[in-house]
Amino acid sequence: MSDTTETDVVVVEAAELEVLEHAWPVRLTHWVMAASIIIMIGSGWRIYNASPIFPFSFPVPITLGGDVDVALTWHNDPGVASAIQWHFAAMWLLAVSYLLFVLWGALSGHFWRDFLPVGPASFLRDFIAAARFKLEHHLGEYNAVQKVFYWGALALVLLMLVSGVAIWKPVQSYPLELLFGGFQGARIVHFLGMAGICGFIVVHVALVVLVPKTFVAMVVGRVTGHAHGSSTEHRP
Amino acid sequence: MSLDRRALLRGGMSLGALTLLTGCDLSDNDAVQGLLARFSAWNDRVQAALFNPNKLAPTFADSAAVKDFRYNAWYGPENAPALSAADYRLNLAGLIANKKPWTVDQLYALPQESQVTRHVCVEGWSMIGKWTGAPLRTFFERIGADTTARYVGFECADGYYESMDMATALHPQTIMAFKLSDEILPRKYGYPFKIRVPTKLGFKNPKFVTTIFVTNQRPHGFWTDRGYNWYSGI
Repeated sequence: MSDTTETDVVVVEAAELEVLEHAWPVRLTHWVMAASIIIMIGSGWRIYNASPIFPFSFPVPITLGGDVDVALTWHNDPGVASAIQWHFAAMWLLAVSYLLFVLWGALSGHFWRDFLPVGPASFLRDFIAAARFKLEHHLGEYNAVQKVFYWGALALVLLMLVSGVAIWKPVQSYPLELLFGGFQGARIVHFLGMAGICGFIVVHVALVVLVPKTFVAMVVGRVTGHAHGSSTEHRP
Repeated sequence: MSLDRRALLRGGMSLGALTLLTGCDLSDNDAVQGLLARFSAWNDRVQAALFNPNKLAPTFADSAAVKDFRYNAWYGPENAPALSAADYRLNLAGLIANKKPWTVDQLYALPQESQVTRHVCVEGWSMIGKWTGAPLRTFFERIGADTTARYVGFECADGYYESMDMATALHPQTIMAFKLSDEILPRKYGYPFKIRVPTKLGFKNPKFVTTIFVTNQRPHGFWTDRGYNWYSGI
């Protein structure tokens, strides 16, 4: 029966060797993208408030662009100028970090190795498991829901960059806006893309809170052990 | 692992507290303002490079033009300057050969063309209107403006002031608009004329213009002095 014993040992060792690694280009671009997206959302909400496209506005304290009373007193401006400055500064950080992230992910094999394969069947299976709080998490392994979310987030940022150009440069980039049904259509798409990214951030951060080691890995580059608890924990 | 709902709630709450703490005062910090101003200057250069002097702003059918155009200023329409044709003079200054002031009749006698273009406000709203007037390029030829100079500045009867790059001033769609919706520009929209420049944001379209000057020193702008990007091309 020595064969069985051998196999058991291998399983135990494999369990202890759960590793999550992020190369430095991934970590650097991840955090620059994270910071610039937060800036763009906060300032975008302030800009939105200047001319809302839906029947609501964002509460000023959660928007970015300085104190409104100060701006009104000193500049006769409802704090939109600062918001636009933030928005049009962070857009460069986002565009550059996104481009580098995508280039590195594609050329290093990270995307193809970790975000593929994925399909509707595996997504549905893992989504149902996650919804029932039954999804297994292993460091260094991405489940189908995660894979779909990462592809989705990458697509949403691209949509924001393209619709953003259509709004920033509606004359020089014309007829780009026609992709979105015109200038005002591009504003709506830009808003919906923002909402999608906010949804992604909520889920993404909630999962990081549940598996804090993933946060450590994105900062220092490497963690070992299990997704949850100590490395001596048994896997079923 | 099984997901811990309490950990989720706890983490969520501390994140919420964090976003409240970072607050909005960051924007009013001098160092941050300096950094943002440098980005804005970089954006001026990028936009000038992106500007294609031959590319026309999209034009629309006459029927798309709004008849009751949105009034927009930091004061109400009742406080708009009421200029009279008898007293009005357009003053010229700077790098211009013939600085003799122009009367309304002289201006309105210039060759004119119409455009149905879209006004895009920095706030995000947009509106299509029909404007008629003389290309600024034609006017510059008449007065002998030095079109190799870098900037054009405008002073207005309501205290407003604006400026733009020479390339944009010479763009074929940059006009001195004497009419809106086929009628002489009403008082509240900037009588006797406004600069209509469809390749720039709305606030770069000064009304009630009383002085035009040509210079190599970049002039100020009312909203630019209040933090908005100077080039503001679209």
